[in-house]
Amino acid sequence: MGKNFLHPKSLKKVDTHYCPGCGHGIIHRIIAGIVDELGIREKTIAVTPVGCAVIAYDYWDFNCCEAPHGRGLAVATGIKRCLPQNIVFTYQGDGDLASIGIAETIHAANRAEAISCIFVNNGCYGMTGGQLAPTTLIGQKTITTPFGRDPNKGEGWPLKLTEILASLEGVCFAARTSLAGPKEILNTQTQIKKAFLAQIEKKKFSIVEVLSPCPTVWQKEPTKAIEFIQQEVIKTFPVGIIKEL
Amino acid sequence: MAKNKLLLSGNEAMGEAAIRAGCFFYAGYPITPQNELTSYMAKRMPQEKRVFIQAESEIAAINMVLGAAVTGKRTMTSSSSPGISLKQEGISYLAGCQLPAVIINVMRGGPGLGNIASSQSDYFQATRGGGHGDYFTPVLAPFSVQEAAELVMLSFDIADYYLTPTIVLADAIIGQMCEPLVLPKKSNFNKKIPPKKWALNWMDKEGKVVKSLFLKEGDLEKHNQRLQKKWQKIKKNEQRSSVYKTDDAKYIAIAYGSQARITLEAIEILRNKGIKIGLFRPISLWPYPVDMLQNITTNVKKIFVIEQSLGQMLEDVRLALPNKQIHFLGRAGGGVPTVSEIVKFIKKFI
Ligand SMILES: Cc1ncc(C[n+]2csc(CCOP(=O)(O)OP(=O)(O)O)c2C)c(N)n1
Repeated sequence: MGKNFLHPKSLKKVDTHYCPGCGHGIIHRIIAGIVDELGIREKTIAVTPVGCAVIAYDYWDFNCCEAPHGRGLAVATGIKRCLPQNIVFTYQGDGDLASIGIAETIHAANRAEAISCIFVNNGCYGMTGGQLAPTTLIGQKTITTPFGRDPNKGEGWPLKLTEILASLEGVCFAARTSLAGPKEILNTQTQIKKAFLAQIEKKKFSIVEVLSPCPTVWQKEPTKAIEFIQQEVIKTFPVGIIKEL
Repeated sequence: MAKNKLLLSGNEAMGEAAIRAGCFFYAGYPITPQNELTSYMAKRMPQEKRVFIQAESEIAAINMVLGAAVTGKRTMTSSSSPGISLKQEGISYLAGCQLPAVIINVMRGGPGLGNIASSQSDYFQATRGGGHGDYFTPVLAPFSVQEAAELVMLSFDIADYYLTPTIVLADAIIGQMCEPLVLPKKSNFNKKIPPKKWALNWMDKEGKVVKSLFLKEGDLEKHNQRLQKKWQKIKKNEQRSSVYKTDDAKYIAIAYGSQARITLEAIEILRNKGIKIGLFRPISLWPYPVDMLQNITTNVKKIFVIEQSLGQMLEDVRLALPNKQIHFLGRAGGGVPTVSEIVKFIKKFI
């Protein structure tokens, strides 16, 4: 437990640009800790997204590569096939992974690429100012669903990408966790570590979806955003291990 | 046939040349008229213990190539016109990230789905960057199966030396036709390629980053200026062209790719009629071989530009020779100017 409070070597000692109460910083810290713990810093390669976490490489201190919006898992495929001994992961938002990049996502998983995907579900497009994401809850307001997401108006239902991926042969580990409290954060750490280990041992695709607060777009105080995950988000997106081979 | 000669289609020859150039990773998506190249790689890459992926789309293929390039391995994708349009975002990222990769376009008729016949109507797209942002890519256009193999090898060296995506712009005729060739052992590139210290296949004391994002005020402009210097260097160093019977020529025809092949026959016919005409054939379309073209045309009266498009390379000729009389013959949508059409056209102005 004690080492959880030390600053990971894989995390640069800089302030992040994230809004107060945002989950990205916590997930960055969790990943850096796991990379240290597994002793894989020298051979880890992160593929960073286009989204709020676009400059994650300014925070992590291991090799990183940018990908065009949504194409993270195609870029990661190229990297991993050339360097099969390395640990490759993508870090992607819901717009990046589940909307513009859904073809790349499903096909990388279906090919059983030995890549771990960290999927940050904040229910919106944060970077571009808070639009509808595939994961936006029914009734949730965004700047492009100003009256609340309504499936009956052709705005679709919240997309359960992790469940879809779990149904594929190429996926050996799929879990959903949240950042809604210390216990949940520790569980997120446990599951992401499992995803990395699955990549190393099972040599197939692994994914962890993290329900993450976006107080700015949700227009809620950080504590209220946490409560919103606990009370609302998990009703649509239940946490737990969805697949573990 | 000589022992070291092979009979291959242009598509297959480009695949084999890539393998001999050390291409470690290939990803492609089916599209006519370049399918033979993808299926050739599907068979040959595993034999060489290298990576072949049939990607889920051209977008995925170019981004896989980006990932492979980041590791420092040689990498290539190929497609035809509509698929190349889809790759443009990825090519722009390659240019911005300064990553070497080879992209083959076996052109077909457009716009839209167009048709699968030979065309040269992606000239603008290839020579003006093609994607978003201020960038160029070297573009090489083969006119035979032999040259297709040679230019693919050369393009890997140019890509690695200048750290830039490099395009081989072939057309359906070049891709589809079968000719005997001798596969080159290496390209005729005469510069030493520096080691890829930026590649992510090893870590420095600190993590390395490959990116095209520059958010701090002024940083992106500086980055663009650095890129600009590189494009200028390429413009100076990498102009390539070939000439035929231009020494005493009063008239010059200009054509590239398969159209140059066809035009060559027309030149023979016109020469036999006593007309002093020669052929200028650009091999690099970007940079356009302006220096050579200006050199050989000082005493030339009239220029004839012949293309499988309605006048794209024509603009580069006009830029290079602002004071010359230039006549244009072009067909598009799969139409190919024939030998007799070219002869008739040129005779009209002589
Ligand atoms: C091709 C392309 N389309 C659109 C954009 C604009 N864009 C940047 S980030 C983004 C959405 C990001 O949302 P998400 O992936 O959910 O991540 P978040 O910002 O919420 O962390 C969009 C649409 C882009 N950069 N590139």
